[in-house]
Amino acid sequence: MSATTAVLSPRLTAATTARVLRQLRHDRRTIALMVLLPSLLLGLLYLLWVDLPVSPFDGVGLTMLGVFPFVVMFLVTSIAMLRERTSGTLERLLTTPLSRLDLLLGYGAAFGLAAAVQAVVTVTVATTLYDLDIAGSPLLVVLIAVANAVLGVALGLLASAFARSEFQAVQFMPVVVLPQFFLCGLLVPRGQMPGWLQAISDVLPLTYAVEALQEVGRSAAETGTMWRDVGIVAGAAVLALALAAGTLRRRTS
Amino acid sequence: MTDAVTVTDLVVERGHRRVLHDLSCTVPAGRVTGLLGPSGSGKTTLMRALVGVQRVRSGTVTVLGEPAGSPGLRHRVGYVTQAPSVYPDLTVRENARHFAALYGRGTRAADDALAAVGLADAAGQLVRDLSGGQQGRASLACALVGEPELLVLDEPTVGLDPLLRVELWERFHALAAAGTTLVVSSHVMDEAGRCDRLLLLREGRLLADSTPAQLRAESGTDDLEESFLRLVRAQQEVAA
Repeated sequence: MSATTAVLSPRLTAATTARVLRQLRHDRRTIALMVLLPSLLLGLLYLLWVDLPVSPFDGVGLTMLGVFPFVVMFLVTSIAMLRERTSGTLERLLTTPLSRLDLLLGYGAAFGLAAAVQAVVTVTVATTLYDLDIAGSPLLVVLIAVANAVLGVALGLLASAFARSEFQAVQFMPVVVLPQFFLCGLLVPRGQMPGWLQAISDVLPLTYAVEALQEVGRSAAETGTMWRDVGIVAGAAVLALALAAGTLRRRTS
Repeated sequence: MTDAVTVTDLVVERGHRRVLHDLSCTVPAGRVTGLLGPSGSGKTTLMRALVGVQRVRSGTVTVLGEPAGSPGLRHRVGYVTQAPSVYPDLTVRENARHFAALYGRGTRAADDALAAVGLADAAGQLVRDLSGGQQGRASLACALVGEPELLVLDEPTVGLDPLLRVELWERFHALAAAGTTLVVSSHVMDEAGRCDRLLLLREGRLLADSTPAQLRAESGTDDLEESFLRLVRAQQEVAA
């Protein structure tokens, strides 16, 4: 009885993570896209600016290392969760001892792991093939990428509650991602934005992810700002997961 | 005989429509109870209420001594929805092992459940590559794997060939003989004869709580389909 009433069971969370990764393993093309696509797109950016006297590639490329996992995991998760809802597997899972938190954390861990692989490949390719200059440790870039991926997963799980179809789910991507991308400080430095836009930018988690990456990019030593930013991104992910758990109703009409 | 399920004055509304009207019934333990009625009569809604995923307006549903949907019931009750609710992008074995893990069972239990539904040979195949009937059996195996005390099956024999249908009914009775309580819905009246007890639903109301033998005797016909029609007509006359 104690095992079935637990709000969180590491064993059941791990079972969910293993299941999601197995589903991924049967889908080779998705794995290939997930692992290689960011490197290829980054290569396109590199070639775009390679002949310019002053290339913004170091700044933009580094930022994109955080944006890719966020966008990809948001999309993959919102579709995966929508499938759980429409296929009846979600309803079935909710009649088993699995808790809602087990399910959500299981998803977060599975796609977080996938994002770690993606980030290691992309950072390696970017620093070797595209001469991306990072002053700090590439491992910190991977860590921030994973935090961003988990944030994407959490927001994707949350967004899927408001989508009734795949058509709607994919359109939540620009809604959630683009404003954060426009306001994160990459296109216009945050200090030069109108005050009210900067205020909005202040409450968007991607802002902090991008700032953390910029800190790693320019400082060889780990900075306090960087760790604070990583904490904010992780906190936003936890908040989104809690909200997503609230939208998962065991009883429905 | 003890009751595994007691439903008292259950009212369920979906949208603005009342789907179950003050429904009261019981399900005997260790028996196969058939839930029969035409499409739209409220069978699935009642089953969802039994497993605790249906929002109810009023009334109580007690399952194995606890309110339906209690956390303590989640490893004692198995539910198989009408559409196969398994992962199409996993193999049959991976599905069974996943649900085994959720119920705290090992890989052995998963293999046994697959053998029980006749899918041992297809264990390595992806569910999406199976026929509709096989997908339904894979879904059933994922509930059997937890060895639940109460098994709620929504139209489990739809799309199965006659031989498999007979085999599954034998399996249901074997489970009941071992102590499992089964609630099986169907809209095919020829399956009613295979149940120990029958609950006939029509338009969200209980038309009869009976046994096949009793129903035949009362309506004066051996044909359960005909019995059902006579019951409906008799009730309409009373109403008129």
